Amino acid sequence: MPLQLVIGGLATGSLYALIALGLVIIYRVSHVLNFAQGEMAMVSAFLAFTFLGVFRIPFVWACLLAIGTSFLLGAIIEAAFLRPAKKSDVLGLVVITLGVQQILYGMAGWIWGYDTKLFPSPVSDTTHYRFGAAIVSQANLWILGVSVALMLLLLLFFRYTRTGIALRAVPQNPTAARLMGIRASRAFSLTWGIASVLGAVAGILIAPITFLDPNMMLNPLLKAFAAATLGGMSSFAGAVVGGGSLGILENLVGAYLAPELKDSVAFVVIVLVLCVRPSGILGRHYERRV
Amino acid sequence: MAVRTDYLEEFRLFKGTAGKTWFGLLLAILLIIPATVESYLVFLAALAATHIIIAVGLNLLTGYAGQISLGHAGFIAIGAYTSSLLMLKLNAPFALALPAAGLVAGLFGLVLGFPALRLTGPYLAVATLGFGIAVAQVLVKWEALSGGSIGLHPPKPAFGLLSIDSDTRFYFLSIITMLVMTIGAANLVRSKIGRAFVAIRDSEIAAQAMGVNVPLYKTMAFAISALYAGIGGALMGHLVGYINPDSFGVAASIYFLSMIVIGGLASILGSIVGSIFLTALTHLLSGIKSLPMVIYGGLLILVVIFEPHGLWGRWRRIRLYWRSWPF
Repeated sequence: MPLQLVIGGLATGSLYALIALGLVIIYRVSHVLNFAQGEMAMVSAFLAFTFLGVFRIPFVWACLLAIGTSFLLGAIIEAAFLRPAKKSDVLGLVVITLGVQQILYGMAGWIWGYDTKLFPSPVSDTTHYRFGAAIVSQANLWILGVSVALMLLLLLFFRYTRTGIALRAVPQNPTAARLMGIRASRAFSLTWGIASVLGAVAGILIAPITFLDPNMMLNPLLKAFAAATLGGMSSFAGAVVGGGSLGILENLVGAYLAPELKDSVAFVVIVLVLCVRPSGILGRHYERRV
Repeated sequence: MAVRTDYLEEFRLFKGTAGKTWFGLLLAILLIIPATVESYLVFLAALAATHIIIAVGLNLLTGYAGQISLGHAGFIAIGAYTSSLLMLKLNAPFALALPAAGLVAGLFGLVLGFPALRLTGPYLAVATLGFGIAVAQVLVKWEALSGGSIGLHPPKPAFGLLSIDSDTRFYFLSIITMLVMTIGAANLVRSKIGRAFVAIRDSEIAAQAMGVNVPLYKTMAFAISALYAGIGGALMGHLVGYINPDSFGVAASIYFLSMIVIGGLASILGSIVGSIFLTALTHLLSGIKSLPMVIYGGLLILVVIFEPHGLWGRWRRIRLYWRSWPF
């Protein structure tokens, strides 16, 4: 039973990790907490739903199309809303992302309505596979598989491709990066696009579970914040570790303490981490210059 | 700027005869509103007054002290539920329930202030966001205390024999409370405490080096703004007559944050302008479901990019331009 909880927790946790990765990527580059991450993911899921339902595109192509559109959406949001706000302080940037969130939420509600819709999933929730002592559902396997594959792809991208290394160079030292020929503005747009793609994949994976409506990403977004806080806002590995840990912790609390407390785990994690070790497990605490 | 002949003039609450005249005019207008406009607008004015109280409190915390708070709806909820529960379950008189609501909310503000001492910027935003959501969740789950999702029906307030049951009476109650609290906030801002807040916002390390007791004033900022939110929330609950946890979620926190950002951060008059503007906007757009959110979001972004000092800041610049014309 515990192994089962752990694997189930890892599956949910990998969803949190995907969104948290998006948050961390944006935080490292733009130094802002992207409160609109959830709504970006939600809009992408709705887009996939529209492609599937209205245009009758097969599942794989519909998802790929939605992911591509979400990449553009992320880049456009960065260029249109964040780039003009160069001289804003932290509160200003946070308010801008909140504004983007409100706009996206309103538009989604206006275009698609506020009632819940069913999002089809290529895997079934009832088929189970046996791995020794644990029984894993096909849906969980699918979520784990896609998330891990995407994270590996991201790791390879950031480590071994020139663009990936360039994207890591820009936040470390923007001036030097510019001198080396990296166009910073393009780096920002690319980063936001990648984060949006991560959110889109998470949204498409979450939608069959939580059903599709404009509110669906509010809860996962908070859990992703908890995961990013737990792992460290400035660390990619931290987001993954934090997400997985949070998922497992939630499942364990839900099984051994009380199912109603599952949602509160994220909040308790946030408070504890920020009180005890604000930089998170794997984050690095930068000294403040006077 | 107006020509000042006295150094103390700068610190006075109502600057010169012009200031006093404008305030007198405002009082006169507030007095005749219930007699001249229809009942629903009087209700709206009372609601706007409660929003002003909350917005002023939030501006003290975010605009003056520079602490981001995305969970202010939690304090509002605490105030509303405390007042309702005291009156419903313990038959407390309104004159006791209202200050108690403020004090309980202020206490929670104090409690939130302690961990907030170590947090800055995005971390504080996440912590306060978590607090706001936690309060809403506790209210949903603790059904014995709060009635869960069904909500509560706060009774109409009464002062002994005088029962506040009409829109006009509630209007006067809200306006009087709003005036008292807003003038209190304006006095706070021009006092030593207000200067400490601004010092902490501008540079915490420099403030500490100058001898400002940063932990004291930071927790004070949270406590005072929570007190304001509690009183505003209690009044709001009694005015509307129905409270439930859904109305105190993240959307409500963002709504009040929008009020002070659009109206003007670090400006009491800015909070007033922002509250009235957004309350009126909500009322005008109440028919269309999604348009308000898109407009709020757009306004937030436009204000931050183009006019960080909000509507009131823009008004001050216009006034300054015309005052110093043609130079």
